[in-house]
Amino acid sequence: MAVEIRLTCEKPREEFQFERPKHLVTPGDIITSDTGFMRGHGTYVEEENLVASVAGIVERVNKLVSVRPLKTRYNGEIGDVVVGRITEVQQRRWKVETNSRLDSVLLLSSVNLPGGELRRKTAEDELAMRKYLAEGDPISAEVQSVFSDGSLSLHTRSLKYGKLSQGTLVLVSPSLIKRRKTHFHNLPCGARIILGNNGYIWISPTVDEDVNESTGGFIQNLELVPLTDRETVARLRNCILALARHRLLLYDTTILYSYEASLRHQCKDIMKPEVMLEISQLVRQRLEIEGL
Amino acid sequence: ANTDVLVGVKAELDAPESSQPNRGRLEFFVDCTANADPEFEGRGGEDLALGISSALSQAFSSSNCLDLCSLCVLPGQQVWLLYVDVLILECGGSLLDAVSLAVKAALMNTKIPAVTVNTTEEGSSEIEVSDDPYDVNNLEVSKVPCIVTLTRVGHQFVVDATKEEQACSIGHLSVAVTESGSLTAVRKTGSGSLHPESILDILQTAQEIGINLNQQLVEKVKLESSVKKDRRGFLT
Repeated sequence: MAVEIRLTCEKPREEFQFERPKHLVTPGDIITSDTGFMRGHGTYVEEENLVASVAGIVERVNKLVSVRPLKTRYNGEIGDVVVGRITEVQQRRWKVETNSRLDSVLLLSSVNLPGGELRRKTAEDELAMRKYLAEGDPISAEVQSVFSDGSLSLHTRSLKYGKLSQGTLVLVSPSLIKRRKTHFHNLPCGARIILGNNGYIWISPTVDEDVNESTGGFIQNLELVPLTDRETVARLRNCILALARHRLLLYDTTILYSYEASLRHQCKDIMKPEVMLEISQLVRQRLEIEGL
Repeated sequence: ANTDVLVGVKAELDAPESSQPNRGRLEFFVDCTANADPEFEGRGGEDLALGISSALSQAFSSSNCLDLCSLCVLPGQQVWLLYVDVLILECGGSLLDAVSLAVKAALMNTKIPAVTVNTTEEGSSEIEVSDDPYDVNNLEVSKVPCIVTLTRVGHQFVVDATKEEQACSIGHLSVAVTESGSLTAVRKTGSGSLHPESILDILQTAQEIGINLNQQLVEKVKLESSVKKDRRGFLT
């Protein structure tokens, strides 16, 4: 079996001149010495200067100055698609881990149970909650509302949301997910991908779209996935990690480009730093050529 | 996530253990920083740290691994005591394997100052450490083992498991292998069971990988000492 050890000095270096974005600050940077501003999140006042306490982008709303951190947990917004994992079953609600500061909740009243949208939830449903979603189950959902403490209330009231069956979860920084009209993609390479706004990405083999409504999407398909499909999923995972390593925004185009760029390598070789760099550079070039 | 480990070796003159008066001593200390995992805050990482240090001492317990007799200065009175300090900065799976590699690399780099023992007229001995900072001895590390862990996921075994693979696994078998292919320690962790037949297969695979791993490591550390430029830290 091949073993490869490399020294730190042998790691490929990215020859890329980054232009420092205008409003980027690092902790300790003075944002303004004008006293007319109010300090918001990510800032503090020191000797009449407004100073950044996190690394990120300065945002100004009228007189309020805040810094939106680059490295952060997920701050939910209504309508976001998230991928999460059930951590607890409670009274009429599930707790869901979504990379937020606090666990999100999924209320029993905001899921579609088998039998259709208009079905009333009975006491029996309450007792059988674990039958639908148990601890450790991965789900996709949408943010329904944000509570005052910042925790999220989710819903799965659409057939596209619900329990996820077989696939791979990839964890990236939430700031790398580009906000788009749709976060569900059926890629031509034969995989379905859910880009959660919370930085959790679900990759699964394509499934037939005609989901039976009577099951409400709670039945997992546990058939063995063919090797080629699994390899596609694994390749996509490695490509996404390569893009995330080199700080490229993740959306369907970049993922598809990286997949195409990776085809000349073996799936496992994509994890090598030089291949990761190569893929990210090819994607960047292609985006530039197409003016995206 | 990567696995980042920092290893340092300190040497000190100390009294030997009374049961082994002419052997040096080797002590492992592992510290899990809270940077690696918030769980490690306070005393949270102690169990893991103790597990790693005991696995290391077990792997090094064979008298063939490190020639501890060469660390003896004055039999029964003064020997070199090597403290191997391991700092775990990030956990991304295969921690024990990474730690053992880092320990071996650190021991290869370790230089012990040359000492001379003079006997005074009264018959007592005096230890003199050489003034020349370049008058040093390297440790003999050709028999120091590296640990190879095979993780059982379902009915398959995975080498160099990631954190996710470890989360899905039911058992691990860690094998300490030297460059010549001899196994110095075997340790099983996790709740799952292993079939005796598959254990034999594991040992064979681990031996193969271990030999290869040791050779690569030795080669790379030699290369590292020859290129001095361009040192980089963990963050690049």
